[in-house]
Amino acid sequence: MEVSRHWRLNQQRYALVGEVCPNCGVKLFPPRDVCLECEAPAKELYTFTGLGEVYSYTTIYDPPAGFEHNAPYMVALVKLEEGPLVTAQLTDMDFTEVSIGMPVEMVTRKLRTDGEEGMIVYGYKFRPAVAALV
Amino acid sequence: MTNVSIIGIGQTDVREHWDTSIRHLAWYAIEAAMDDAHHNQIDAIYVGNMLAGQLSNQNHLGALVADFAGLRGTEALTVEAADASGGAALRQAVLAVQSGLVQTALVVGVEKVTDESGATIPAALATALDADYEAIHGQTLSGAAGVMMRRYMHEYGVALADFAGFSVNAHANAAANPRAMYRNKLRPEAFVKAPMTADPVSLFDEAPTGDGAAAVLVTTSERAADMVARPVRILASALATDTVALHDRRDLLWLAAAERSARRAYEMAGLSPTDIDVAELHDSFTILAALSLEACGFAERGQGWQLARDGEIGRGGRIPISTFGGLKARGNPPGATGLYQIVEVAQQLRGTAGDCQVADVRVGLAQNLGGMAGTAVTHILQADS
Repeated sequence: MEVSRHWRLNQQRYALVGEVCPNCGVKLFPPRDVCLECEAPAKELYTFTGLGEVYSYTTIYDPPAGFEHNAPYMVALVKLEEGPLVTAQLTDMDFTEVSIGMPVEMVTRKLRTDGEEGMIVYGYKFRPAVAALV
Repeated sequence: MTNVSIIGIGQTDVREHWDTSIRHLAWYAIEAAMDDAHHNQIDAIYVGNMLAGQLSNQNHLGALVADFAGLRGTEALTVEAADASGGAALRQAVLAVQSGLVQTALVVGVEKVTDESGATIPAALATALDADYEAIHGQTLSGAAGVMMRRYMHEYGVALADFAGFSVNAHANAAANPRAMYRNKLRPEAFVKAPMTADPVSLFDEAPTGDGAAAVLVTTSERAADMVARPVRILASALATDTVALHDRRDLLWLAAAERSARRAYEMAGLSPTDIDVAELHDSFTILAALSLEACGFAERGQGWQLARDGEIGRGGRIPISTFGGLKARGNPPGATGLYQIVEVAQQLRGTAGDCQVADVRVGLAQNLGGMAGTAVTHILQADS
């Protein structure tokens, strides 16, 4: 059972809750309680907007156990508008549409299912930014 | 400080050893290393392994290997640092001998990947990533290499075909290595047509995992001189770390741990990159080979790929790499691969590399990376005079 391992991250998975450093103002995701830049304690919560752009990406054809049914799927490094990079799947787009610099926004989706009876893990993925489409 | 030398080396073929268990793989490499050194008195054993707990339901390899190597009772433990486990294990042995508390240490890297198959293997390898923030999103080691490679191509204007030289060189060298997993030659035209595993990473960009074990015996250089005809001195041994997750790095295209461990090793040895005659770098993915050339000071930032394009990484080139095929073609038993690199550099220095021999090798470097270089271990070796 991995329930607690996923449950304890629900704020991060569902709402991109990270931290902000009270000393230098750097925004942190994932939260780590210590600032990456100035090493000051940084436990103040900060909810990211979920807006960003594709920094780099790949399409996975050789999936690990638990992701066989999703393949092929795209995994990206998304640069959030507040600064940090985040690893996440790209969704609601075709392989041919994605490019470095493409504006994207966070959505909540199913990350993986552990069989018929197993737990379903939800979390963030990124889709083309709606604002950029209109 | 006490100098440390290698007095014995041993290795098994890298392949699918269906008929051999992890304990026997380890023993075959140990037996060969002991025979090579004509010595079997061991004070401590360091086992490099990454995946036995997941793929063979077997942890506690230190005691198991000690028992099945006829060394029951000997101090023994496992060192784990993803696919840098082998190099990290040697680093611990060097520290132990330098401390004066251990006279002779046995280091064995062993991996048995074929006890499982299919999607279990990439899932096991992905434990080298950040489980909570990378692997849960379906990221794999190949995928992490894919995002690095695409960004590298984007920033430096490099085409896929420009990387072909790395795999072509690895396969050309493996063709001369009877231990290698893939001894077929590879044409540049075939490289660009290879099926993708994690676009732009293709089948010919990533090292195939295989079963294998490699071992070395180390002791003080003073004792080594009396024990064997051709000891190999460990001039430098340095381990450094970086973030495990790629998204936590300030600079995606710089292997900070690789640079730091290489710089420390050069300082310890009193050498510079131009003094290195042969280098076994961690080419688990082509992009890591290119970035390792840059981190070790063999190329400027953004120009590692040019050494492959210009034929400078071949046996007659400026900096020969993957001289026995590298991870790419010799094959990659992850927790053992760092010790294969050491055994291969030792053979180059002894002049016993057979058809893989590079001419006039005086100093060799081996750099072993864990995952996407969250761990980097650099050793510099020289034949004892």
